[in-house]
Amino acid sequence: MNTLMKMTKSNMNQYKRSALWSYGITIAGFVIVSIMVSAGLISNSLQGQLVPICAYISLAVSLNLVVGISGELSLGHAGFMAIGAFSGVIAATLFQSLPFLWVKLVIAILVGGLFAGVAGVIIGVPVLRLRGDYLAIVTLAFGEIIRNVLNVIYVGLDEKGLQVSTSMDGIHLSEQGSMILNGPMGATGVTKLSTFFAGFLLVMFTLFVVLNLINSKHGRAIMAMRDNRIAAESVGLSATNFKMTAFVTGAILAGMAGALFALNYSTVAPVKFNFNTSIFILVFVVLGGIGNITGSIISAAVLTILPEALRQFSDYRMLTYAIVLIIVMLATNNPQLKALTAAASKQFKAKFSRTRVYKRPQKADEEMGGTK
Amino acid sequence: MIFPTVGVNTLTDYKGHSLLPERDAEQRPVLEIQGLGIDFGGLTAVNDFTITLGPTEISGLIGPNGAGKTTVFNLLTKVYQPTRGTFYLDGKDTAGMNTVQVNQAGIARTFQNIRLFDKMTVEENVKIGLHRDIHYSLGGALFHTPFYRKAEKRAHERALELLDIFDMADFAYAQAGSLPYGAQRRLEILRALATDPKVLLLDEPAAGMNPSETSDLMEAITKIRDTFKICILLIEHDMNLVMGICEGIAVLNFGQIIAKGTPQEIQSNPQVIEAYLGRKKEA
Ligand SMILES: Nc1ncnc2c1ncn2[C@@H]1O[C@H](COP(=O)(O)OP(=O)(O)OP(=O)(O)O)[C@@H](O)[C@H]1O
Ligand SMILES: [Mg+2]
Repeated sequence: MNTLMKMTKSNMNQYKRSALWSYGITIAGFVIVSIMVSAGLISNSLQGQLVPICAYISLAVSLNLVVGISGELSLGHAGFMAIGAFSGVIAATLFQSLPFLWVKLVIAILVGGLFAGVAGVIIGVPVLRLRGDYLAIVTLAFGEIIRNVLNVIYVGLDEKGLQVSTSMDGIHLSEQGSMILNGPMGATGVTKLSTFFAGFLLVMFTLFVVLNLINSKHGRAIMAMRDNRIAAESVGLSATNFKMTAFVTGAILAGMAGALFALNYSTVAPVKFNFNTSIFILVFVVLGGIGNITGSIISAAVLTILPEALRQFSDYRMLTYAIVLIIVMLATNNPQLKALTAAASKQFKAKFSRTRVYKRPQKADEEMGGTK
Repeated sequence: MIFPTVGVNTLTDYKGHSLLPERDAEQRPVLEIQGLGIDFGGLTAVNDFTITLGPTEISGLIGPNGAGKTTVFNLLTKVYQPTRGTFYLDGKDTAGMNTVQVNQAGIARTFQNIRLFDKMTVEENVKIGLHRDIHYSLGGALFHTPFYRKAEKRAHERALELLDIFDMADFAYAQAGSLPYGAQRRLEILRALATDPKVLLLDEPAAGMNPSETSDLMEAITKIRDTFKICILLIEHDMNLVMGICEGIAVLNFGQIIAKGTPQEIQSNPQVIEAYLGRKKEA
């Protein structure tokens, strides 16, 4: 038995390896796209998508932390994105007199993350006591509540300061004043601050936080809780603490992405952050592979570009989009195809890496039958 | 809350219920279980379970299938809250504690139906057991500060040391779920041991192991007790193992303790032969 159990040591841990992939793909993608932009190879409409792509990658990666790593199905991610978006816009307006664009953008993104993080704590406390389907339903409800609250928030700014109200009548601005948030119309007259480079940096930051967290004692505890709660508690780890860490970190990162997203447009309405958006982000995570960070990056990028690339199908665009999704899902879940890719990657690993995947010998399975 | 300290009274009590009145008699007991019981609906799964264990003894809990042995472990780890009775760990009443707190107070266990973190590596499983011994903040985790590096390096070394107990350091990076059955059981013991317990509960540690693995395991359990100076209580159907390494044995039948004593006493106890040992031989 002991000889069977021998296996080669890997000299790099699995998280470091997948982290290198994630960073590598992001950097390569940024460099290639930047070159293509300067060479004029990318259409204007696609160029307009570059910042949203970065925002969606950050959203997908941060949702993967909650859904994949922590194992809690959250259907309200767009809610945190919305809080980050609008608090970010308000911050950017408040600090509009500051000299550098990027200073304002950084402040807006940090404020967006902060407010979304606070919302994450407030929502996390009741929600993380629930399990499975209940948690999913309640996060969905919270996402919708956030959007509906934003629908009735009016914010104006004049030299006396900020005015906040739940109706237009509640705001009395002086001559120089202007509205920042207009209820269902959302933010209007936003100064565009976001750039592709800023988006790239935010994706890198998101990856840095999520990948570092995964490869730490906190991350191990989060995954332990996901894999076997009773066992995790039996070694002294208490569930809510770690679920909370993942949930709030996810919320903060979603808020930052929301601020980046909003500051890419001159107008942003709350309706942009509805249930559909939450589901879209979830689709990125599911298609990229639950718990697979590199997968989230690729699928968020591809699926955001796809509707743009399918423009030629005009009327049939969303239909084609749906069909592509279904095909990809079927393909990735097809056992034959899975076996094929598994075999290919095994061969690849055998050739190029010193890691071996340990296979349970047949005998052990027989032994297992002997007990209950 | 005032925790009852172990005074003269409890010590006499200890002698009265102890599996091994002579051994450890001068030391205060580490685990005093008093009248522990639980009902599931109408079924009394465990009743009036009273034993006392010294700080470095290896004891066995045996009995036929469905006798309530695993339920006792679930009570001791607060997976179930007892309907009756309580137990004292190192003199501290555990009433009102939950699973997490009881582990932090010093009770660690393995599971009859193995519960590893299957998708994580062998080393990580041990590191999860070490969690409370690894010191850095969330900030350290997010930014991989020097504190993080130092603590993780120490944890890595400690994990390898623990894995060495069962010669498992060679597959520290294998997926826990891909290990053979016996190795999974051994890993579970190491994960429990990593939490630095005072009492280690092993639920059928030899189940699914072949005779040579079992004899290695017996040696290892004794070695663990000697090195870590902890109390080990194990459930096992393999009578060679139980009679070979346990210094005291309690026999459970229909949730009730029917005998306590040394292996010799248990083997010659007519009630035990009738309820368990005899039947075992027929099978
Ligand atoms: N959660 C529960 N709800 C209801 N009944 C339970 C529960 N847990 C255990 N029981 C019952 O309690 C009794 C004791 O079960 P337990 O698992 O403790 O037996 P055991 O001695 O460990 O047996 P084995 O040797 O087969 O592992 C059984 O009749 C079982 O069906
Ligand atoms: Mg049992």
